[in-house]
Amino acid sequence: MGMTMTQKILAAHAGLPEVKAGQLIVAKLDLCLGNDITAPVAVNEFERCGACKVFDKSRIALVMDHFTPNKDIKAAEQVKRVREFANKFDIDNYFDVGRMGVEHAVLPEQGLVGPGDCVIGADSHTCTYGALGAFSTGVGSTDLAAAMATGTAWFKVPSAIKVELTGKLSKYVTGKDVVLHLIGMIGVDGALYKSLEFTGDGVAALSMDDRLCIANMAIEAGAKNGIFPVDDVTLAYVNGRFKREVRIFEADPDAEYESVVKIDLSELRPTVAFPHLPENTKTIDECNGQVKIDQVVIGSCTNGRMEDMRAAAEILKGRKVAKGVRCIIIPATQQIWLDSMREGLFDIFIEAGAAVSTPTCGPCLGGHMGILAAGERAVSTTNRNFVGRMGHVESEVYLASPYVAAASAVTGYITDPATL
Amino acid sequence: MVVQGKVHKYGDNVDTDVIIPARYLNTSNHQELAAHCMEDIDKDFVKRVQPGDIIVANKNFGCGSSREHAPIAIKASGISCVIASTFARIFYRNAINIGLAILECDEAAKDIQAGDEVKVDFDTGVIENLTTGKKYQAEPFPPFIQNIIEKGGLLNAINDRL
Repeated sequence: MGMTMTQKILAAHAGLPEVKAGQLIVAKLDLCLGNDITAPVAVNEFERCGACKVFDKSRIALVMDHFTPNKDIKAAEQVKRVREFANKFDIDNYFDVGRMGVEHAVLPEQGLVGPGDCVIGADSHTCTYGALGAFSTGVGSTDLAAAMATGTAWFKVPSAIKVELTGKLSKYVTGKDVVLHLIGMIGVDGALYKSLEFTGDGVAALSMDDRLCIANMAIEAGAKNGIFPVDDVTLAYVNGRFKREVRIFEADPDAEYESVVKIDLSELRPTVAFPHLPENTKTIDECNGQVKIDQVVIGSCTNGRMEDMRAAAEILKGRKVAKGVRCIIIPATQQIWLDSMREGLFDIFIEAGAAVSTPTCGPCLGGHMGILAAGERAVSTTNRNFVGRMGHVESEVYLASPYVAAASAVTGYITDPATL
Repeated sequence: MVVQGKVHKYGDNVDTDVIIPARYLNTSNHQELAAHCMEDIDKDFVKRVQPGDIIVANKNFGCGSSREHAPIAIKASGISCVIASTFARIFYRNAINIGLAILECDEAAKDIQAGDEVKVDFDTGVIENLTTGKKYQAEPFPPFIQNIIEKGGLLNAINDRL
């Protein structure tokens, strides 16, 4: 019987000729990942179980991105714990302030993940790397501890939903709008335990930044992972960047899918997820100019890449952030920071009255660098808008693309960039 | 293994941000986390909860982040078991890995009310609402997962293999 792309990668890493949905397997990992929130718990568990060494110091990535630069004494102590662990075991890929980026932006950029990989991360947005044609999924800290010790993880093989994309995106419509639209269609548990397999003629027209954004939010539909086929766009991205061997897996023609969702990219409009669930979506036409806002955040593992910085700059160029609005822009890696600066984007941002930050997850999860008070509203290019996500329980987060976020910063209301 | 306690009842999509808000993630200390369990959905939970109590919720419990701090906070607060219609997949995995007992049972999740006294037998999967007298049968765990639970968590199971 045919296997989906995800099932093929899992079978290969489990050393099995084939796997079926529902089957429990143990798979060898190409990489495991943790951050400054999840790695401390993993380190505690690793030491507690008496594991004396890590399975492979080149296949562990520890990225200090959530509460860094250290937001308070406790955060500093958590990072110190991880730093000491990384030094003790000579972890190759330890990323600290000044040399780091938001984990799901820095790992693809630095070629640490690539096509055909099997990756776990103690962070729910680890599904991001599916954009590169890898199987990649979020797990907890105990799973990370076990992975660091053994180089393996157990999985239940997921069944799949096929997402068939056709057409191409219109002006100001981006990967963020595709995935918000999808979550709006199927709900925050619409893909529970399943893989989202993106296919169709529409894939070719999506840039790697768009694919990374879409795969990033697979978890917001409850999915185990999201995955894109490997094509010329993938190969152009990884060529000269990915440090290990590219392995291309393709779904069998007779692979089974539980359902098929069809999306015509040409028909999509800029989309906004209203509080307090990513599935609570409206098109910009349904809400243009109606919601007054206090803050805009442009950044994160979802939308902190070069195309996102350029989109924000395109809108903010020659314009000003509205009075009473705080606009915070966070390039997701040091390289993106450098490139944005060199392209003159920071001139545009600063002259518009926006704030530019060093890479950090910061406000996305209500950590630091832009927290909301009671009654405040933010438009954010991040990935979740649950109650209290960015601050006070009585604050609100509206999820959108960098184009919509930047346009909203200019007017002070959720705004269609085409109407500026 | 049998647990029994009073029920704290919630609805759909109880996410990890309300179970343990990010502002408390700068610690991994179990007691500190327990002190803020469910804070952003039910700030009086920590005052009401007694050891052995049970959380009952509807769909997609534990959705959102992979933070293991969420099941840790729940377990450390004294909760003996979580019953839900469905669990989000990372939360489900984490709960098993740390030894927080969980069961999926849609009928029980819908019927049971806050304040009910409920007993759960993990060997049979039978959930008994002592307040109403009704009984429900939950899905049993696959043997692989039962092994992790029997060994007291993932790392103990791994230690056996190492």
